[in-house]
Amino acid sequence: MLADEVAEFIGKSIGNIACEVEKGSIKRFADAVEETNPLYWDEEYAEKSRHGSIIAPPGFFGWPVKLPPGLTFQRPTDIFDPPEVAEGMRIALAKAGYANVLDGGIEYEFFQPVKAGDTLTAKSMIKDIRGREGKMGKMAFVIIETVYCNKKDEPVAIARATAIYL
Amino acid sequence: MAKQIYWEDVDVNHELPPLPKIATTRMLVKWAGASGDFNPLHYDAAFAAAVGVGSPIVHGALKRQWLVQLMTDWMGEQGTLKKFACSYRAMDRPRKMATTATPEEGETWQCKGKVTKKYIDDGQHYVDCDIWIENGKGEVTTPGTATVILPSRG
Repeated sequence: MLADEVAEFIGKSIGNIACEVEKGSIKRFADAVEETNPLYWDEEYAEKSRHGSIIAPPGFFGWPVKLPPGLTFQRPTDIFDPPEVAEGMRIALAKAGYANVLDGGIEYEFFQPVKAGDTLTAKSMIKDIRGREGKMGKMAFVIIETVYCNKKDEPVAIARATAIYL
Repeated sequence: MAKQIYWEDVDVNHELPPLPKIATTRMLVKWAGASGDFNPLHYDAAFAAAVGVGSPIVHGALKRQWLVQLMTDWMGEQGTLKKFACSYRAMDRPRKMATTATPEEGETWQCKGKVTKKYIDDGQHYVDCDIWIENGKGEVTTPGTATVILPSRG
């Protein structure tokens, strides 16, 4: 159902970036959601908790800092390394008739909390591309899997985001 | 913080305390800055109209974080969120601002959840939940699921 030119992107790596988890960025993230949990900003409170330090809300994985201007201020998961693979997939999808993209949703598995001061490595790959006929005509579901590891190279979380191309 | 909930306190069909949220244009701008998602679809009315969605829409990932908060508030500090999933099925539109800090009258969203399963695996006390966001009309725009480990009195 999917064109071979699209399917050949399945399994390819699209990203490998380092994200620093800084207290200020955790606070800004929590404030934007209107979180009320002191674990996200009250150092004294967080030190007495079982975590021993400020943690990030599940779903926040820090901010890429070692990138040139222009790359830094976008979603960390939109930063591609090398950029050619993700761009190539988008071009192949557009040629196959899928020119628009929607954020379909996400799933997470969490293994340990993300702590202030951590540096995470986010490795992303194109996990799957599936064609489907839906209400809005033909669609392609692209699953991007990102594995986040801490400084000790222990996985802290896996995210699987669904982008719907139509 | 609310009192800690224990695994023994919940049964299947137990309802989580709803978490009300009000999306505003101001909140979407804050979210753009905090998440790095600067798609003008979420803050530029003319752009949103030009790409065919009518007016700016709430970021799916912001709705995701509302549902994460629903779970982490409920499970308490001794709880652990293990799995989480949600899908963005319908568009939501933020309230415009009446003053620099307060929104116009309008829609309030409710984040809700219900226990679907409780079980013990490898000595850990798990609870699975269905979770969702209802818009002002009571329609589900963002359904999902979550799995937490709760502390046990046992």
